[in-house]
Amino acid sequence: MECDFCDKKATVFLTQLVEGEMKKMCLCEECAEEKGVTDPTGFSLADSILTGGGAADQGQAVTLPEEGTPCPVCGFTFNKFQQVGRLGCSECYQTFQDDIGRRLKGMHKGTLHVGRVPEGLLEAHARQQRLDQLRGRLEKAIAAEDYEEAAGLRDEIQEIQTSVATQP
Amino acid sequence: MMRFSTLLKHPADWMTGTAEGTGVVLTSRVRLARNLRLEPFPGWATKERRVSVLERVKPEVEALVEMKDGFSQELDGLTSLQKQVLVERHLISREQAARGEGSAAVVNRKQALCLMINEEDHLRMQAIRPGLALSEAYELVSGVDGKLEDSLEFAFDHELGYLSACPTNLGTGMRASAMLHLPGLVLSDQIGQVLQAVGKLQLAVRGFFGEGTESLGNLFQVSNQSTLGESEETIIRRLERVIGQVASHERNARLKLFEDDADMVFDRVGRAYGTLRHAYVIASKEALNLLSLLRLGAELEFFPAEAVRTCDSLLMEIQPAHLQLHSGKKLTPEQRDAIRAEIIRTRLQSLDPPDMNRKQADEEWETPPDTIADL
Repeated sequence: MECDFCDKKATVFLTQLVEGEMKKMCLCEECAEEKGVTDPTGFSLADSILTGGGAADQGQAVTLPEEGTPCPVCGFTFNKFQQVGRLGCSECYQTFQDDIGRRLKGMHKGTLHVGRVPEGLLEAHARQQRLDQLRGRLEKAIAAEDYEEAAGLRDEIQEIQTSVATQP
Repeated sequence: MMRFSTLLKHPADWMTGTAEGTGVVLTSRVRLARNLRLEPFPGWATKERRVSVLERVKPEVEALVEMKDGFSQELDGLTSLQKQVLVERHLISREQAARGEGSAAVVNRKQALCLMINEEDHLRMQAIRPGLALSEAYELVSGVDGKLEDSLEFAFDHELGYLSACPTNLGTGMRASAMLHLPGLVLSDQIGQVLQAVGKLQLAVRGFFGEGTESLGNLFQVSNQSTLGESEETIIRRLERVIGQVASHERNARLKLFEDDADMVFDRVGRAYGTLRHAYVIASKEALNLLSLLRLGAELEFFPAEAVRTCDSLLMEIQPAHLQLHSGKKLTPEQRDAIRAEIIRTRLQSLDPPDMNRKQADEEWETPPDTIADL
């Protein structure tokens, strides 16, 4: 069997679940090393597949993006995150929401927090999660052209939002 | 608040505590990562910002009732040797030991609770308990978290939970782990299978000492990998269940070894005893592996029950920085091996040779679970 990245004989075989699908990859020893397969923490098949992967981009599997927009609070850039694996401040999660969100899949059991909430935020947290849930259902209802359901959901969302706005 | 010099002279309660409940599982540990809102994380903050975070956080931490009569120390006031001793005691992380100004550790009297300020996150709180006691450790650390959140505004997001410097800690910010002694599974070649099964449950397993896959002293650490999407209780329940099962496999493996080839077990334990009692030069790796066998012997009742605690505290005392602290000077590797042997000889002086007849053959087999994955 040949390596997926070059023509050499594949000796490393990797199987991983990527977004619920079984993906297989065959690599020769050199490509495996280059991609960090031998280091279980540094490699994710998902990255190779999501970034195109395969023989086409041999030798340029890792393309460093430009510096990009820095975080307005701390000046950190996403490029730096790719180098050090740590973020600059709590606000970075908002600034780089999309990029981080992509990486969270597969990293944890889920993508939505369950568990302890700071006491002062309990009420706001419950409301926010309820709103997120309703918005998700609203999207689905619209997609399914169930306008009656959608109207009900929209009213419920508005009701929660006005109750927050009118609170002292 | 006392200086660390006092702390260094005394072992933690979880190292010397009662022998009950500390068979296969030596210690349980739970740590929470917390950060201040809108404040750069320690790794990205300037020195001035780090110092200002320290000045905000440290007084709050020191004022906790839990920390009464405890120890508080800024890291830049310690020598590298003192820091290394703290790392070997698991009171601070290797990462924090490398940091200087603006970083501190506050440890309670019993050394069961340790709060690190400006490590990878602004605040890392950990609780350590002897035996399998993850829930107890979580209660302890969670109580402190609850008090601190009143005065410090922690970074929290409704979707991502507690925001941490590294996305691998998002959500609960909790890492729960236990240290397991598994000589039975190693000697009977079942360890690979068991660790693989545990790995499939999204729990991380690694050797406690040594790098990579190598495990010295048959000690393994099991911890949760995922921190987002499940509650603290769910994570801890799963860990406790899995660890309980691993422990029961370990106990069965020991009984089976004993039943199949008692001479082999006697021989291993006897040789370990002989070498440790009489060695004058011993490397860390050999010492850890022999202490593991001695500990196994104690658990099989060839030695009095206290021998287990002696082994556990020796595991700590023979680490390189502890040896240097003990001798009060910088040591070459050769000198370390000699002092290590001396400490072990002294500590085991009053330990009688193994009595292989102490072990009664009336042990009941536990009903083993079919497989670990079968939970």
